[in-house]
Amino acid sequence: MAINEETVKQVAKLAKLEIEENDIHKFTTEIDSIIDMVEQLEGLDTEGVEGTYHGISHHNVWREDKAEKGTDKEALFKNVKTRKNGYIEVPAMFDNGGSEA
Amino acid sequence: MNFLDYTLEELHEKLVNKEVTAVDLVEASYKRIEETDESIGAFLGLNKEEALKTARETDERGIDPSNILSGLPIGIKDNIMTKDVTTTAASKMLEDFVPVYDATVIEKLKEVGMITIGKLNMDEFAMGGSTENSAFKLTRNPWDLNKVPGGSSGGSAAAVAAGQVPVSLGSDTGGSVREPAAFTGLVGVKPTYGRVSRYGLIAFGSSLDQIGPFTRTVKDNALVLNAISGHDSRDSTSYQGETPDFTEGIDNGVKGLRIGVPKEYYNEDAKEDGVIKAVREALDLYEKLGAEIVEVSLPHSKYGIPAYYIIASSEASSNLQRFDGIRYGYRSENVESLEDIYVKSRSEGFGLEVKRRIMLGTFSLSSGFYDAHFKKAAQARTLIRNDFDKVFKEVDVLVAPTTTTTAFEIGGKIDDPLAMYMSDILTVPVNLAGVPSLSVPCGFSNDMPVGMQIISKHFDEQMMYRVAYAFEKETDHLSRKPSLKGGE
Amino acid sequence: MNLETVIGLEVHVELKTESKMFSPSPAHFGAEPNTNTNVIDWGHPGVLPVVNKQAIEFGMKAALALNCKIATHTKFDRKNYFYPDNPKAYQISQFDQPIGYDGWIEIEVNGETKKIRIERVHLEEDAGKNMHGEDGASYVDLNRQGTPLIEIVSEADMRSPEEAHAYLETIKQLIQFTKVSDVKMQEGSMRCDANISLRPFGQEEFGTKAEIKNLNSFSYVKKGLEYEINRQEKVLNAGGELQQETRRYDETTGGTLLMRTKEGSSDYRYFPEPDIPNLEISEEWISEARESLPEMPKERQARYVKEYGLPAYDAVVLTATVEMSDFFQETVEHGADPKQASNWLMGEVSAYVNSEQIELLDTALTPKALAEMINLIADGTISSKIAKKVFKELVTKGSDDVKVFVEEKGLVQLSDPSKLIPIISETLDKNEQSIEDYKNGKDRALGFLVGQIMKQTKGQANPGMVNKLLKEELDKR
Ligand SMILES: [Mg+2]
Ligand SMILES: [Zn+2]
Repeated sequence: MAINEETVKQVAKLAKLEIEENDIHKFTTEIDSIIDMVEQLEGLDTEGVEGTYHGISHHNVWREDKAEKGTDKEALFKNVKTRKNGYIEVPAMFDNGGSEA
Repeated sequence: MNFLDYTLEELHEKLVNKEVTAVDLVEASYKRIEETDESIGAFLGLNKEEALKTARETDERGIDPSNILSGLPIGIKDNIMTKDVTTTAASKMLEDFVPVYDATVIEKLKEVGMITIGKLNMDEFAMGGSTENSAFKLTRNPWDLNKVPGGSSGGSAAAVAAGQVPVSLGSDTGGSVREPAAFTGLVGVKPTYGRVSRYGLIAFGSSLDQIGPFTRTVKDNALVLNAISGHDSRDSTSYQGETPDFTEGIDNGVKGLRIGVPKEYYNEDAKEDGVIKAVREALDLYEKLGAEIVEVSLPHSKYGIPAYYIIASSEASSNLQRFDGIRYGYRSENVESLEDIYVKSRSEGFGLEVKRRIMLGTFSLSSGFYDAHFKKAAQARTLIRNDFDKVFKEVDVLVAPTTTTTAFEIGGKIDDPLAMYMSDILTVPVNLAGVPSLSVPCGFSNDMPVGMQIISKHFDEQMMYRVAYAFEKETDHLSRKPSLKGGE
Repeated sequence: MNLETVIGLEVHVELKTESKMFSPSPAHFGAEPNTNTNVIDWGHPGVLPVVNKQAIEFGMKAALALNCKIATHTKFDRKNYFYPDNPKAYQISQFDQPIGYDGWIEIEVNGETKKIRIERVHLEEDAGKNMHGEDGASYVDLNRQGTPLIEIVSEADMRSPEEAHAYLETIKQLIQFTKVSDVKMQEGSMRCDANISLRPFGQEEFGTKAEIKNLNSFSYVKKGLEYEINRQEKVLNAGGELQQETRRYDETTGGTLLMRTKEGSSDYRYFPEPDIPNLEISEEWISEARESLPEMPKERQARYVKEYGLPAYDAVVLTATVEMSDFFQETVEHGADPKQASNWLMGEVSAYVNSEQIELLDTALTPKALAEMINLIADGTISSKIAKKVFKELVTKGSDDVKVFVEEKGLVQLSDPSKLIPIISETLDKNEQSIEDYKNGKDRALGFLVGQIMKQTKGQANPGMVNKLLKEELDKR
């Protein structure tokens, strides 16, 4: 058993998912067997091997600093559920954390 | 008018000769969908009004004889953004999402005058190998309605196999074009990573995803890839080199070519020996045609599945965070707080398999596990990529089965996620390495189509098409048509 | 217990590009909410980021101005967290390969110079803005989303709120000189978070720190840190234990409030951004950026002293801001005497700007006009008294040609004896008593007469010339 129900709950919290109490056991077992499978990698010697994090190995891809008009505001708001005075409306934040920028 | 009887070139000829009009083709497509989609279940949404309008305009303008794809119908996997046409990724999360822009591939198809018939079913967010993970419907295999069409691009495969459209687009992150192509007797291509722009493809595994075409023939496939390839300044991972004509040299044959047979891909103890048997017969044919068959090794292949599931799921866990119920997409009712919007919308909006992958990915990236999971998988990926680089110094292409079995029963693996993951064993190393691969029908096993994978070097799709074409030309698997009935 | 304060600062600076860090929508905001945004800023499905080259170069320049080394291999990473102003639920940032690292700046507190090390300078995108409504709702404006930022992370080298304040002032000054940002705290183009902990003097390891957010002005930084020192001191002196936490400065009370403890902090799950290929910064590009850096404050100060003979004090004051320094430079280039230019800028100009609470560049005064005015004083065309009047005009309304202006307004000083003598004679004729007083040695009489002549000429007469001619005329009587 690589992980337990507690870990699953913690990970779910990070992922903003809720696993119903009824499902938690089954879900934990499933995730655990998947994690067991992926941990086959432990047997692989990767000492000194650079990781590959991109699908293509070129570099320095950029654009010149030219501004283009934004997307039409009404089009952007087409899929917004709640709006007010040109803003996207959401319930107030309790922790008042502000962004993490 | 039955699309199963014609190649794209033949349809084009009929349009040029005015034997048929673009409107005829579009109407034929909708007629066939009407007749068959109740049992096949390939389409999630149709674009009828717009398609007929475009077809009429095309006919009025007249068909350009030099533009082979003009006026031809196409179906689009529902994870590719189509402006003003609902795009759901087969998820409740995006059930009523209407894109405000076209994916680059859609712009390109519009440029060559192809006509979008509708949006095709898939596994939710492209996660799955059977199209059973769609939030909306089941898609059935036209060769046997009790079997899956494969996935995640199952709708794209079934639609072409059932003759509803002559061609479709799918996306392939770990085999999602090639596996369904193999299961439904089609040609399906995963181009080199970077060959086709990902702009407008709903991201799953960003470093693995590629859009690719489903067609009945090899040359048709090359023609469609011609249309959708090319550098896109909106996708920084898009290839900056030249885009050749993929049909060029397609008929050069295999004489003198070296065909690599990666031994790790031929598990002779496999439970369905008809698959390897069909591929072995194909290899014999290649030898007869003058190719040299060379056994090679891709020693890190067995790490493909674990590395793939960690990388794809980690990237997906991040990519799917934008579905938070705020700017678009599903929002749970009865939300009282911001946290509710996030947690309830995501928990109700995502299906079980999507949640599994998000969980695995979140876990693999979390502090304390990153090094053993994500970093380790990225290193394994390097070794897998090196394996391919090494063998391609010796051989021109690799040939292997696309899948270990033919299409399986609906419901056969759905309760065993691990078994489902294992069915990608022969396709995922290709995505990890970024090389192109094509699945071509190479025979039958238990009356179901068998697919053979032809893998070539980075950006050498011409070679892949050439080798596939040589095989297709010498065989007549195309003459056998799907039953559109349930098996015994 | 005698406790030492340890402070490290994280400063965010917005880069002044035309377009955003990873999308081509306009980078200037202040417009209607959600108008300078596109599908990329909104994190729509399928969109991809493309790096703004100018932002890389600006980041590099800022890092160089802070004496950082520049990474030749660098990349972007994703920092994952959910927040309504963060549409993708990840911020594209730099994790383990920041563009700049190992830098330092010198600060001055109470006449002493101290070196503060800079751990890193990394590039990232800004978030949108959340407006907190009164009605239990929040409102999201994504105009700011994607604006290029650099985050400057200092080492924990500061030992007092005064040092933190001086550090911020210096960062602001240096970045300002590179011209890659406006660095205005009140407008949000410079923002600061502070890490602060206490430890017994002599102890090497750090105490438990608190991170203070929302320090939106220089004075809040000072007040927030002072409050925090007090709070932590009380806990420690009472034998209590601190917990690692994030706090928020409260503008109304001047104190800090608990936001969350370490347990509640998230796991950002950083990983390399798969949508953006790695960056290889060439040595050539680094040297080009270095060479294109404008002259920095210290160099300018040295030059002002050496080349213009200014007192060191003047040189420091003139280089406090890049606007002032550039203004001075241009005024001198328009032919003004450097010391006179310095006197005017440090005197009348600064006084005006301070009393009106505006920026130098928002006045009507131009370096050319100031130089012309200084030269008109020097050659006697206008008196220094008149100059004050002229200055008022230049700073409020401006003028393209000060010479023409003073002539048109009749402000030119009267020095011509052939014009002054008749006026002097006339004045003497009317003031027989004063002549007599003068002859009797009453000096006051001379002052009175000069005053009368100045009045007669509406202040335009050259006082020196009047004095000289008056004495001559008196002697003739
Ligand atoms: Mg920070
Ligand atoms: Zn930051």
